[in-house]
Amino acid sequence: MRVAENLNAALHGLMEREPGLYLLGEDVVDPYGGAFKITRGLSERFPGRVLSTPISENAITGVAAGLALAGDSAIVEMMFGDFTALAFDQLVNFAAKSVTMYGERLPMRMVVRCPVGGGRGYGPTHSQSLQKHFVGVPGLALYEASPFRDHADVLAEMLERAEPCVLFEDKVLYTRPMYEVEPPFALRADGGTAEVSLPGVRPDCVVVAGGGVAHRVLDAMRSLLVEEEIVCTLLVPSRIYPVELELPDVRQVFVVEEGTAGGTWGAEVAHVVHQRHWARLDGPVTLVHSADSVIPTAAHLEREVLVSARDVHRTIREKLRG
Amino acid sequence: MSAPAPLRERSHGDAPAKSPLTGLSDQDLSLMLTIRAFESTLLDLFDRGMLNGTTHTCLGQEYVPVALEGLLAPGDHVFSNHRGHGHYLARHRDPEGLLAEIMGRSGAVCGGVGGSQHIRRDRYLSTGVQGESLPVACGVALHLKRTEPGALACVYVGDGTFGEGAVYEALNIASLWDLPLLVVVENNGIAQSTPLAANMAGSIAGRAAAFDIEHRRVDTVDVTAIRRQLDPAVRAVREGRPLVVEFATHRLGPHSKGDDTRSAQDIAEARAADWYPRYAAADPERFARLDAAARAHIDAVAADVVAREPS
Repeated sequence: MRVAENLNAALHGLMEREPGLYLLGEDVVDPYGGAFKITRGLSERFPGRVLSTPISENAITGVAAGLALAGDSAIVEMMFGDFTALAFDQLVNFAAKSVTMYGERLPMRMVVRCPVGGGRGYGPTHSQSLQKHFVGVPGLALYEASPFRDHADVLAEMLERAEPCVLFEDKVLYTRPMYEVEPPFALRADGGTAEVSLPGVRPDCVVVAGGGVAHRVLDAMRSLLVEEEIVCTLLVPSRIYPVELELPDVRQVFVVEEGTAGGTWGAEVAHVVHQRHWARLDGPVTLVHSADSVIPTAAHLEREVLVSARDVHRTIREKLRG
Repeated sequence: MSAPAPLRERSHGDAPAKSPLTGLSDQDLSLMLTIRAFESTLLDLFDRGMLNGTTHTCLGQEYVPVALEGLLAPGDHVFSNHRGHGHYLARHRDPEGLLAEIMGRSGAVCGGVGGSQHIRRDRYLSTGVQGESLPVACGVALHLKRTEPGALACVYVGDGTFGEGAVYEALNIASLWDLPLLVVVENNGIAQSTPLAANMAGSIAGRAAAFDIEHRRVDTVDVTAIRRQLDPAVRAVREGRPLVVEFATHRLGPHSKGDDTRSAQDIAEARAADWYPRYAAADPERFARLDAAARAHIDAVAADVVAREPS
């Protein structure tokens, strides 16, 4: 099963189990089923609860917040994650704040799903990974889609938090199979953080990465093992904020993300790791991310900007081998 | 507090005045006077350095939520804005909780976290960002339409709010989805310090018409007449026909506190349109009695709340 199908099945299951759950977004009803077909089949099965909306990201998010306020649940699909900029006020100033600004905890069961990331030539306003802009908002939890965790569990967990959540879905994942890890590496995916490691071998370093870049890190882990005999363990947290990580006993930690340089999610992860594990580290956590740039459209230019397996390989080799 | 003004409906020029008190209950008049006393007391507390932060009083606009309250049901949701004390008091008659909230004292409606412009109690909610509540109210209206047919979501906004894109996104959705959404525009002709003429091209009526949404303009301060005028259209809202009601009203006081840059003439015109002296002139004995009672009540509330522990 591919990630897109897993997401679609998760939405079907959730809509079936929760009669008070709505799904809102642009072009989400059948036969179109969403720009990336993640909502396919939902409007036919759940008419009246799957609503195609005008092109109004701010209002759609506000409508979801209103439904949540009234005791329903809502999932919003942003056609492209870049457009969450248009919904920033509703998410940050209303939905997230409402959880606590009225003096007692107010449950707000809503999720904003955002297809993010580049690699498909969509250009500067349809390729970003905007995770970093939502880090550190009280009452807002951030998740990243991963090929290593069933999205039925992810979505259920988000609604259970009873606070607004954003799910970042790297578009390159949609066509990837779930749970695919090639030997000699092995996947352990029994909780909120998936682990890919070389069984029985103590790792030289840990790489923390969002689900969207997991396969780029796996490619680098393979080449590092073969060419440099460097053994890495990959950790893929499903919830990326608030950051909560259990690290194996290693002295080098890397964080990989596709977001561009400056004020990154990785910086937040590094801060948490430094606070908890500084004494046992050889040095600061190393951040690997895309360049400080807009994301160009032409393939050769886009490749120069976006973080790649080669970047991950080179950074880890230089750090560990000098 | 305001100088007596001629008994004259603003929009009718020199037409003969009518008594605005026909059929108005003691309870309604008391509520208007209580809101007036509450807002006046707040400004006084500010002048004495006893309030933290900022506040926006609804002096001059008190009759709007009182008139609306007569058309709303307990199951309706009310969304308010930065100038929301009157809206809250009309809904919940709770000056103690509101003042405690504004002052961060024990008994505060929202524990002192929200303050003047972020209050939630039951189905009443206010937020401090212009236009933000309209899409949220659409979501609530969608919920009501499905689960509690006949109930509506009422949103108070100002003329300045029409600068926000969220307003149009929400009006579009409300019209497309036949949502029970009642938008009450308190058009006081000024957005903070910027007059309407410098803020809005076209009109509020034209904007409602663009979305096929009914529009009613209210040019009187006569609460009973307002209810009579709006009753059929508000009933239609409950059937899923959204409505924009525009009150031509006046803000007597500053935007927040001590920041009034209007000309003396503009302020005099606002005062001349005030409901307070008209109601006073129409039934002096009853007015004086109820006004004295409202002021005494708010004085007692203020004395009590000021002495409380922090929230």
